[in-house]
Amino acid sequence: MRRRRLILLGPALAWWAVFLVVPVALILAYSFFERGTYGGVVPNFTLDNFARALDPLYLRVLVFSVRIAVTATVVALLIGYPAAYLIATLPPRWRTPVLVLTVLPFWTSLLIRTYAWIVLLNREGLINRGLEGAGLITEPLQLLNNEFAIVLGLVYGYLPLMILPIYASIERLNPELREASADLGGGPFRTFLRVTLPLTLPGIAAGCIFVFVPSLGNFIVPDLLGGGLTSMVGNLIQSQFLKARDWPFGATLSLVLIGLMGALLFLQSWLLSRQRREQLDG
Amino acid sequence: MHPSAQAPFPGRRLAATFAAAALLAVACSTGTPSAAPTAGGPTAAPATAGPTAAPTEAPKPSGKITVSNWDLYFPEDLIKNFTAATGIEVEWVKHTTNEDIVGKLDASNGTGYDIVFVSAPFAEGLNNRGWLETLDHGQLPNASHLAPEADKLGYDPGNTFSIPYTWGTTGLCYRTDLVSTRPTSWNDLLKPSAELEKKVTMLATDRWLLLPALKVLGYSVNETDEAHLNQARDLLIEAKKHLLGYDDTTFYSKLVSGEASLVEAWDGWCNYGIADTTVGSKITYVVPSEGTDLWSDTMAILKSSTNKPAAYAFIDYILRPEVAKTVVDLTLYKVPNPDAMALVDPAVLAQFPNLAMSPADLLKGEPERDLGAAAPLWANIVTQITTAGQ
Repeated sequence: MRRRRLILLGPALAWWAVFLVVPVALILAYSFFERGTYGGVVPNFTLDNFARALDPLYLRVLVFSVRIAVTATVVALLIGYPAAYLIATLPPRWRTPVLVLTVLPFWTSLLIRTYAWIVLLNREGLINRGLEGAGLITEPLQLLNNEFAIVLGLVYGYLPLMILPIYASIERLNPELREASADLGGGPFRTFLRVTLPLTLPGIAAGCIFVFVPSLGNFIVPDLLGGGLTSMVGNLIQSQFLKARDWPFGATLSLVLIGLMGALLFLQSWLLSRQRREQLDG
Repeated sequence: MHPSAQAPFPGRRLAATFAAAALLAVACSTGTPSAAPTAGGPTAAPATAGPTAAPTEAPKPSGKITVSNWDLYFPEDLIKNFTAATGIEVEWVKHTTNEDIVGKLDASNGTGYDIVFVSAPFAEGLNNRGWLETLDHGQLPNASHLAPEADKLGYDPGNTFSIPYTWGTTGLCYRTDLVSTRPTSWNDLLKPSAELEKKVTMLATDRWLLLPALKVLGYSVNETDEAHLNQARDLLIEAKKHLLGYDDTTFYSKLVSGEASLVEAWDGWCNYGIADTTVGSKITYVVPSEGTDLWSDTMAILKSSTNKPAAYAFIDYILRPEVAKTVVDLTLYKVPNPDAMALVDPAVLAQFPNLAMSPADLLKGEPERDLGAAAPLWANIVTQITTAGQ
């Protein structure tokens, strides 16, 4: 029995070891080493990389990245929750097609979809041309190469990751609970606030994590839609590995990012388990 | 400076950073370079066509080589024709950026390829790591077609470890119908007039991001002095306020659409704007009065190559004027091969005047060198610029 379990688990464990444990261990090891002048890693132990990571310059990049990622997550939630709710209340035969439509953009590379936004948003782009044609504006709007464009790109890119888990948690909801609330005199708003929302919290938490984490590390969207005029932590890591040839410092910054995301996941599971305990107790 | 210009969606950064993919690519290609199927140590010299054979009459090169070059940087038929002419097979591995191929070589300790195409400072860096073959010019008879200026390039005088494939300058590319006075100075880019507000772009890659400021200040494009770099940084942070954006890949199409009026550009890439059939005739290129760089993309043989005779044969083939001429036709870059440039259609030279720059004029520019120990300082300066105001 035990042997069979091991055999069945084997491929997953091997995958996990080769593509997660080993790379993270390498990153951890590199972060304590020095860079070679022409690249590569010199295995001399040092803590310099961590001291450098605390430089206000890099902390500012981190704070900026968190701000952008939080904004993108909140916007995605505000759009994604009603969308997921609507899908869950559709007649069953409509749900699958609508869900497929939600995921459809994922079948195209994020890079190409991001370029498409450039076509739409630039000063000579479709949106500005259309608004000018309609006589609504005289000067083109600056829609590209700013924070607005970055947040838009991230929300657009990761919205399905918000909708799907929320949809799953709403669909799983027993409709009788809402009926019970209504029977006991709860209006629609109160029912939503006291019944639906708390019970779909796990879906919200999962959706927020799924949007926040890739937004925080993203470097394509700030590069293309931000016009390279801002730097997020993903850009910073990329430039350390590729431009500065400073793999140890790049590894240190990656480690900071991994730590931040790990802490977040820990916080999420702690909140959820506390909520579950309260529900059982209450 | 790479030729993915003609690809509508150059995926350079995306593709360049996934180390795992790089490792896989190396793993896939390490088995191929040698004609000898054995994986023996250095003592296991293949009995046939040994590359280490005596300097008597060299055996005819054969077998297979692995070459890494950017996508779209070889004329369509070049490899096919080479194989037809020599019987040597060529596996073309594509890299998206210099950093991409250097990362692969880093991961494999300088093995897996016979020839790599990289920009000059990267060739210098690879050579500093001891990975490049010291070239035997006796095996490159067609090197005689190279301009005398082509072996006076600071990163590799005498072309001891690299042969330039293409070369050119960085300058200003602009729409003659959208500027009221013609730009002549880097200051026209750094301190644009009111009509150009948010209508100028600068190159995003570190070397060319700093170049305009360094040249205005009278410093080297390879500056390593921190105080000088800080001065350049201050100029660039001030200039950033007026920019439409930093752009390495689509600046020429912004000129075509009219979104930008003036951009910092590599000469060859400005030609992609000039090639546009609608507004191309209103796009022109100028080297600013403060001077500029002399960039070159080079060919280098890896020391670890197991089929050096074939590698030499490939480079020598590319140096043939009639072959190098097809590189110009494809890329609209200059080649350091006057005999090849002489074969280019005069109509093409007339349409793209910067193709006609003489080697002597090019040599007034300053070749980029490897930054060595100053690379992290440059990255830090660039981060200070890109994060300013956020």
